[in-house]
Amino acid sequence: MRERIMMRGSVALAEGALMAGCHYYFGYPITPQNDIPEYFSQRLPQQGGIFIQAESEVASINMLLGAAAAGARAMSSSSGPGISLMQEGLSYMAGSELPGLVVNITRIGPGLGGIAPSQGDYWQATRGGGHGDYRLIVLAPNSVQEMYDLTIKAFELSDKYRNPAMILGDAILGQMKEPVRLSDPKIQHLDKPWALRGARGRGPQLIKSLYLKDGEMEKHNWHLQEKYRKLQDADTLVEAELEDAMDILVVSFGSCSRIVQSAVRLARGKGIRVGMIRPISLFPFPGKTIYEATQTVKKVLTVEMNTGQMWDDVRLSLSPGCQARLMARPGGGIPSPLEILEEIENFVKAGDHVAKSVC
Amino acid sequence: MQKVFAKPEALIDTTFHFCPGCHHGTVHRLICEAIDHYQVREKTIGIPGVGCGVFLYDYIHIDVCEAPHGRAPAVATGFKRVLPQNVIFTYQGDGDLGAIGMSEVVHTANRGENITVIFVNNNVYGMTGGQMAPTTLLGQQTTTSPYGRDFQTDGYPIRMAEMLATLEGVAFACRVSLHTAAHVKKARKAVFKAFDMQLKNMGFSFVEFLSACPTNWGMNPQQSVERMEEEMMPYYPLGTFKERTAPDYL
Repeated sequence: MRERIMMRGSVALAEGALMAGCHYYFGYPITPQNDIPEYFSQRLPQQGGIFIQAESEVASINMLLGAAAAGARAMSSSSGPGISLMQEGLSYMAGSELPGLVVNITRIGPGLGGIAPSQGDYWQATRGGGHGDYRLIVLAPNSVQEMYDLTIKAFELSDKYRNPAMILGDAILGQMKEPVRLSDPKIQHLDKPWALRGARGRGPQLIKSLYLKDGEMEKHNWHLQEKYRKLQDADTLVEAELEDAMDILVVSFGSCSRIVQSAVRLARGKGIRVGMIRPISLFPFPGKTIYEATQTVKKVLTVEMNTGQMWDDVRLSLSPGCQARLMARPGGGIPSPLEILEEIENFVKAGDHVAKSVC
Repeated sequence: MQKVFAKPEALIDTTFHFCPGCHHGTVHRLICEAIDHYQVREKTIGIPGVGCGVFLYDYIHIDVCEAPHGRAPAVATGFKRVLPQNVIFTYQGDGDLGAIGMSEVVHTANRGENITVIFVNNNVYGMTGGQMAPTTLLGQQTTTSPYGRDFQTDGYPIRMAEMLATLEGVAFACRVSLHTAAHVKKARKAVFKAFDMQLKNMGFSFVEFLSACPTNWGMNPQQSVERMEEEMMPYYPLGTFKERTAPDYL
């Protein structure tokens, strides 16, 4: 077992990408993710890799599309507004069934917004984000160790399903330092017979998302949906800390889930029976885990740093008869463990009939 | 008897979907002749933009990757950086290259990416039905300039070859025409030159083709080639605007 070393989240992410065999990075500066391209610009040439500072995020994502179509593991990173510019390319990549990784170190939106930590891009990340019926594979780390591990996982899943993947983080995860074990896992590398490297020893191949013939596009869309169903069945990632006879279940993801973990410990210290579910893959969403847990626990609190985006998915996953509450802090507000504890206590004390929202 | 002309091997033996009098088919053939000449069919990857040229894969016997509208040079950059030994070209029209994709082509050229860009300038958006393009001539009527292009509201037609020739990263930039057999022969040489530049790692090569879109010009093919000579060529002069003799890293 390798020793643990102190590392910043963004550096762990970059090292995870290198470990996964990603030797191509295309990006454009935007705060608060600049330390990722800066690190790659130094590190990739040492590895015989390619770093390009593109003229825009629009160009970055299309360079990624080209590198992916050529069969390489490649990535880009950006933040809110830049990720918005990439949506066209992400839609084309999903439509063309190309893998690739995009990292979103989320800013506060809408608009130019702000650079403090936020989880306001949950909808954009998990609903596809661009035009058409498609999804991204979205993983949400909550530690520096996971910035490393889930980056590797994202490349593997992206190749496995031939679909772009996203790491959804924020400035807390990018900037914080924690001990990390840079494990050297057996990285999955799949053959890519579909990649374009020139028609040598085979007929010409084509990568496209345009289907004009009658019925072709409907068939293609159902094919994509079938992939997402398989992804849901085989590769949903979730951390569930459940106990018997829970008073309340708390659901939270990403950096916010770290604060919730502290609040849950405090609540348990006060004798409250609290369960916690942390979706690690936001798409596919671990709705089944939530459904099963809420067969018994009927009070469900969602805590997130936006106006209640994941709350949509939580409410769609509940067993009948649950009370769902939301503790939301948009715009860079970060809830403290004590504030969350208070919310947990109030919800537990509240009568069944006074729930803010009943599903 | 000696055979002096044949269909290039790289060209798929089928009927083009292009309208009568359209020059896309000619451009396709010239690209195929260059592919045959340099024997690079098995390592060439074509990246068409969005427009009438998107069906490149139906006609050329090579690997093809579609690109979003205007983004072909960025996609080509990704390919070329992964596969530096392959021949990578984009195939783009007026709107794709001169409007929505202006940023991508300028910066790809400026980085000196060792790729070839084929630019078909027919003064209109062809596939979408003949709207005004950045290359539409002043006074030219289109479906979105029904009173004729007016510089006071629509600006001026853009001369892409000259503009790109100003960039240090560009190895070769030229404009050719396809309105007579003699011009097609010259255009053939230009395509060969562009491929040759790429094979010699000289940097970014660019060939702009003046071509006709009879359907959207509302003309027959004969009137169209006359218009090319009389109206397009005075504004879009033919010639080589940049030709590097040694790679810039030497």
